[in-house]
Amino acid sequence: MKRIREFLDHAEIRRFRFWIQLAAFVLLVYGGYFAINLGNSLPTFACAFNGEGRGGICYLLPLQHQTHTSWENLFGWRGMMLVTGLLTFVAWLIVLNKAWCGYVCPLGTIQDWLTRLRQRLGLRYSRYSETTLRRIRPIKFILLALLILIPFAMVNPILGTTLHGDMNTPFCKICPARMVLPVFAGDFSQWTVDFSTRTAMTMTALGMAITGFFFIGSFMRRRFFCLFCPMSALHYLFKPIALLRLQKDGDKCTRCGNCYRVCDMEIKAIADDVQRKEIMTDDCMMCFKCVAACPEEDALKVTFLKAPLYRSTEKGFEIRTQQATSESKGQS
Amino acid sequence: MSTPSKHTDTSPAAQREQGVSTLIRKRHKLEAGEMLRRLEHEFPDNPKAMEYFYNLFRQTYCEGLPPQTDKPLVGNMCVQVPDELIRACGGLPVRLCNGTHTLEQVGAENLPARTCPLIKATMGGFQSRAVAPFDKLTLVVNPTTCDQKKKASEQIREMGHELYLLEYPPVKDSEAAREYWRATVRQFARALPRYTGQRLTRRRLKQALGEIDRAQAEYRRLQKIRRSAPAPILGKDVFLVTGAYFFDDLARWTEALACLNDELESRVAAGFSAAQKRAPRILFTGSPPIFPNFKLPLLIESSGAVVVADEVCSSNRMLNDRVAVDEWFLYDMVDAIADRYLKPCTCPIFDTSVDRQRRLLELAQQHQVDGVVYQAFSGCQVYELEHRTVTAALQAEGLPVMYIETDYSPDDVGQLSTRIEAFIESIKARKRKI
Repeated sequence: MKRIREFLDHAEIRRFRFWIQLAAFVLLVYGGYFAINLGNSLPTFACAFNGEGRGGICYLLPLQHQTHTSWENLFGWRGMMLVTGLLTFVAWLIVLNKAWCGYVCPLGTIQDWLTRLRQRLGLRYSRYSETTLRRIRPIKFILLALLILIPFAMVNPILGTTLHGDMNTPFCKICPARMVLPVFAGDFSQWTVDFSTRTAMTMTALGMAITGFFFIGSFMRRRFFCLFCPMSALHYLFKPIALLRLQKDGDKCTRCGNCYRVCDMEIKAIADDVQRKEIMTDDCMMCFKCVAACPEEDALKVTFLKAPLYRSTEKGFEIRTQQATSESKGQS
Repeated sequence: MSTPSKHTDTSPAAQREQGVSTLIRKRHKLEAGEMLRRLEHEFPDNPKAMEYFYNLFRQTYCEGLPPQTDKPLVGNMCVQVPDELIRACGGLPVRLCNGTHTLEQVGAENLPARTCPLIKATMGGFQSRAVAPFDKLTLVVNPTTCDQKKKASEQIREMGHELYLLEYPPVKDSEAAREYWRATVRQFARALPRYTGQRLTRRRLKQALGEIDRAQAEYRRLQKIRRSAPAPILGKDVFLVTGAYFFDDLARWTEALACLNDELESRVAAGFSAAQKRAPRILFTGSPPIFPNFKLPLLIESSGAVVVADEVCSSNRMLNDRVAVDEWFLYDMVDAIADRYLKPCTCPIFDTSVDRQRRLLELAQQHQVDGVVYQAFSGCQVYELEHRTVTAALQAEGLPVMYIETDYSPDDVGQLSTRIEAFIESIKARKRKI
């Protein structure tokens, strides 16, 4: 038991994460070829547009379909579908919580690969100021509200008019996953602008532009797209019932800021907040790099159903630092 | 730098200067020797591994052996100077904060009466150049931490020393403070090679970071050992160990400490007690005890208590906080190192003492502390100012605090020993009641 504990605490989280992410990527992007289907309520960007290869479907697509309904139907069979879909989503979600972002999400994994590429090229990442981040933070919640409200407003007249039919699944139209993930199965058909109507043209062109920003942004800054992700916002709503948790013991914290500095999402609270025990914030993707970077025994820990999975330890910190500093060459 | 040419110059002024230097060296040696004698012989059962440290101090302070290195010596005026950078640039960092009463008296000549004894002693070193390492410094690095050190810059330059001023923010919580300090450290990293003659590279900095972290890991192991009851080592020895970090060779220091830790671990396993089994466990905080000024720790421990933890910049604050790096590029490391010297720092120069209170409470809890001794050097305004809030926070958790204002002079020893004995007796009485 003690051995297992030590093995876990001394783990080099980056390497571990790299392989888990790769496995999850293969599962969700190529799983379909092996007849794997995890259903259509996955709390991660397993893109439905990735035809046969997909190993499951991102919940945002059915959610946008299900809210594309009249007010009356909402209280009938359509509403039932919405509820069952949501329950399935939550069932998946609470197990891994936001680790779906840090360990499973294929779009997140691609961003991490871009980060590795940047590191290979010897370029430093860019950071945003606190003010910028504060301004960006609400965007994902606004996108989440819009992707629910727009389909609804297509059927139900608001201010006497309904939205254009080409506004269906509005988020998928602008989501970079729709273009990026099918490429891994050799499908470039999503890389088009639909000129059939003005609405379709606007939405697909917007999608192309955002995909461009996705590549540039996440090459320059770690996990750029995650700052705007509505899935991340949706996850956060279910924080209180999650089984996997990131916890902090403020008394043990020296506020040295190691955790904040290694955080891809630049979450300041992880270093500065010594009051909150449940330290996972809306931007967190549960990569647990912060736990690995913390030199204080038990100040940060990952728990599953209250059982500690990974803890910050002095010994683990020492091992990781010695490993990193004794390599003569090589990346982080 | 002007080096006094000792053998050729025979003018009366130079001879007088030489005479003064000799006198200072003699008194300095006597003072250090007396302290070492007390540390070694007034207490029974010193750990065998402490021999290394006793000898090191004897060689350095009494026999006047120069640091055995051909590296340029870079003197630090404060704990906030990034050692990692100096080592990576091929320099040997030496901490200049001085604890000798002899030099305190020399420095007092040119400073206001109510100046902190540490500043006086350090300035005395600069002025006289009589003792190592003040006689062979390549560069003096002075962070703008407390006002007295900051203002000392001018005089140090006038005395003919090369000085680099490291701009340090007076607050640490704001984003602006972090950025300001990072900019300072980056600039320092670019400037250093001009003095040390070795370029700063990614590989060298990474190596320096690894070596220092290794030393810190060993220090933390010592801390962990000190948590056990009964106490396996006295605080006076620990202060000597961390005091050696000021000037000793890093690898040798780490190795010697590892030996000590091994010995202490076996002591713990055998249930050995360095003090009386029920000796009150003291947390030492405030102005730093720097060799040979171990006046207060010795008074505490000869009164039957044991210092089991400390929160001072000559010990815990210097070695506790470690650096994690995300991407190992040169300037990522430099930024990470900069953060280490600002963010977790519990120096009283900042606007609030909240982090210091939290650190003290955590130490008190981990080391099963019975009482706190708060030393303030008379003239150290920030420690004096912070005393009320910090004491209140500790007392709120049921910890008795003794506040002592003192300097390096031996004049108040009688009076202090009465106060400390009374304090320790009251803790003992409290413990008996519980």
